[in-house]
Amino acid sequence: MVITAGIDVGSTATKAVIFDGTIRSMAMIPTGWNPKEAGRNVFREALNNAGLQERDVDNVVGTGYGRISLSFIDKKVTEITCHAKGAKFLFPQTRTVIDIGGQDSKVIAVADDGSVADFIMNDKCAAGTGRFLQVMTGILDITLDELGQMASGNEPVSLNSMCTVFAESEIIGFLAQGVTKASIASGIVQTIAKKLISLTSRVPCLDEITFSGGVANNPEICTILSSTLGFKFNIPKNPQIVGALGAAVMGFIQS
Amino acid sequence: MKTNLLDEFEDLRTNSVTSLSKAKENGKKVAGMYCLYSPSEIILAAGAIPIPLCGTRQDPIAVAEKVLPRNLCPLIKSSYGFAASGTCPYFNFSDILIAETTCDGKKKMYELLSQYKPLHLLQLPQKQDGEEALRYWLGEVNQMKERLEREFAVTITDQDLRNAIRLVNEERRSLKDLLDVGKLKPSPLSGMDLLMVIYNRGFCTDKKEVVQIVDRLTSELHELYKRGVTPFNIKTPRILLTGVPVGIGSHKVVQIIEECGGNVVCFESCGAYKAVYEHVNEDQEPLLAIAEKYLRTPCSCMSPNASRFELIEKLADEFNVDGIMDLTWQGCHTYNIESYSLKNYLQEKKRRPFLQIETDYSESDIEQLKVRIEAFLEMIS
Repeated sequence: MVITAGIDVGSTATKAVIFDGTIRSMAMIPTGWNPKEAGRNVFREALNNAGLQERDVDNVVGTGYGRISLSFIDKKVTEITCHAKGAKFLFPQTRTVIDIGGQDSKVIAVADDGSVADFIMNDKCAAGTGRFLQVMTGILDITLDELGQMASGNEPVSLNSMCTVFAESEIIGFLAQGVTKASIASGIVQTIAKKLISLTSRVPCLDEITFSGGVANNPEICTILSSTLGFKFNIPKNPQIVGALGAAVMGFIQS
Repeated sequence: MKTNLLDEFEDLRTNSVTSLSKAKENGKKVAGMYCLYSPSEIILAAGAIPIPLCGTRQDPIAVAEKVLPRNLCPLIKSSYGFAASGTCPYFNFSDILIAETTCDGKKKMYELLSQYKPLHLLQLPQKQDGEEALRYWLGEVNQMKERLEREFAVTITDQDLRNAIRLVNEERRSLKDLLDVGKLKPSPLSGMDLLMVIYNRGFCTDKKEVVQIVDRLTSELHELYKRGVTPFNIKTPRILLTGVPVGIGSHKVVQIIEECGGNVVCFESCGAYKAVYEHVNEDQEPLLAIAEKYLRTPCSCMSPNASRFELIEKLADEFNVDGIMDLTWQGCHTYNIESYSLKNYLQEKKRRPFLQIETDYSESDIEQLKVRIEAFLEMIS
């Protein structure tokens, strides 16, 4: 039996999936300052979870921004290709992947065979990414879960800045004016939606859409984004492992 | 692949500083140019040396930002910074600068630049079609001729212009032959080497000499192809690069494409195909022929700019490319906006894979660019 591993070293979290045609095990740890170590550790953890040794694995594929720092992988593939493959594996009807990760947000058009037909990523700044939400929850002194809960059903304040640093100043201004936390929370989520709308004007959404990345863990935010965009989303049970899964699937196809 | 000839091109830039210095001692005049819209024929006809000016490196941008806004395109900031810091030898040699109103940022920057050197500004029309646009532009080209006659105390005859036209057409012919080496599959030349050659050859002060050495390189490359010598293989993704001007110093996207396993086989940019795909008509009244050719330059400062789309489509076929990358400098509104229409045009017509890259001269986004470019190469492989 062929066993493969996919390691996705992201800016915030490092993920691993062990795969043999189905998902054998998975693991996720914070990337921290040392992407190389994180990749090693998460691989070990996923192997432990599967009750396997490194020698049992036929093919290790690395992805994510830290893929270049991994010395033990057989192949590296970008997270764009991996997300398409992973989403297609989980939801075979996927034609679009929306991924909001720690420092990137991307929209990927997926071809019938699971390959990438087109894609777009955010600019080099953190606008519309997980980092943006993280910084904003920091100012409001709430968790990401609380942000989603506060945002749902509340009238959003209009945040004009997509830039994380400028949005921070804008929010501090709103707080000074006495605008409610809930209204600001709602405005923050709307900012992500606006960014997605601009990305999907370049790479259009086609049904079915699979939503991956850490932000997809938050059901309220998913609901707001999906209703603003006007599309239903497939949400994976573990939205953060889609890239690692795709990497493992690619390794599996090639083995 | 490294032929000895490539080393010769590496040296061209430094050698040209020596030859310019000698030429100046012998009383030769030098006209510095920033843009493809500056007709080098008129400079040659005036008995002067046309020389491209620096503007493709990050280093002088900090100096420029003391005066210019930060959110301006890096090409404008770099050009100004080189001049203001006195670090461009070609600028220092120049007796006059030939500038052009291609965009708002440039034309206002030139106002500041004119404090350093005599500067002649060519006022471009904003459209290419129609008799009145050509008439107007012909007037501008004529004023440039008169300005050079005054500044250099010479008379430019029609015969001078005709000779210069023939010389520059020959230069175009030889550069086009070189660029067409990229049509070979796999190409015997990397995009980085090609960029170095097309960038450095511009600094050669002797047009006849540069034609000869470019021709020699071209035939050597055909020879290498016949012997199967190439850094690439038949599966290497072939990329056409279009968009803003690139040169050595602002080459990071070309470098990343090739480090990630692609090959830039065609540069549609200003220093490359845009400059050579048409000649100045040698049978026409010379100044009018020059005006016509230069006005047809498919630059995003023109509206509409349909000829750029058509040129890219034609080159994509001729060079058998797998994907098209459109490079935009941050703050270059015309190329940035045009990218949207270009993508739609190319995808409707041919379903050509297309990627726009927006960046500046700095190295801060190299890893992010690698993700996009690698993913694009994975997509088209």
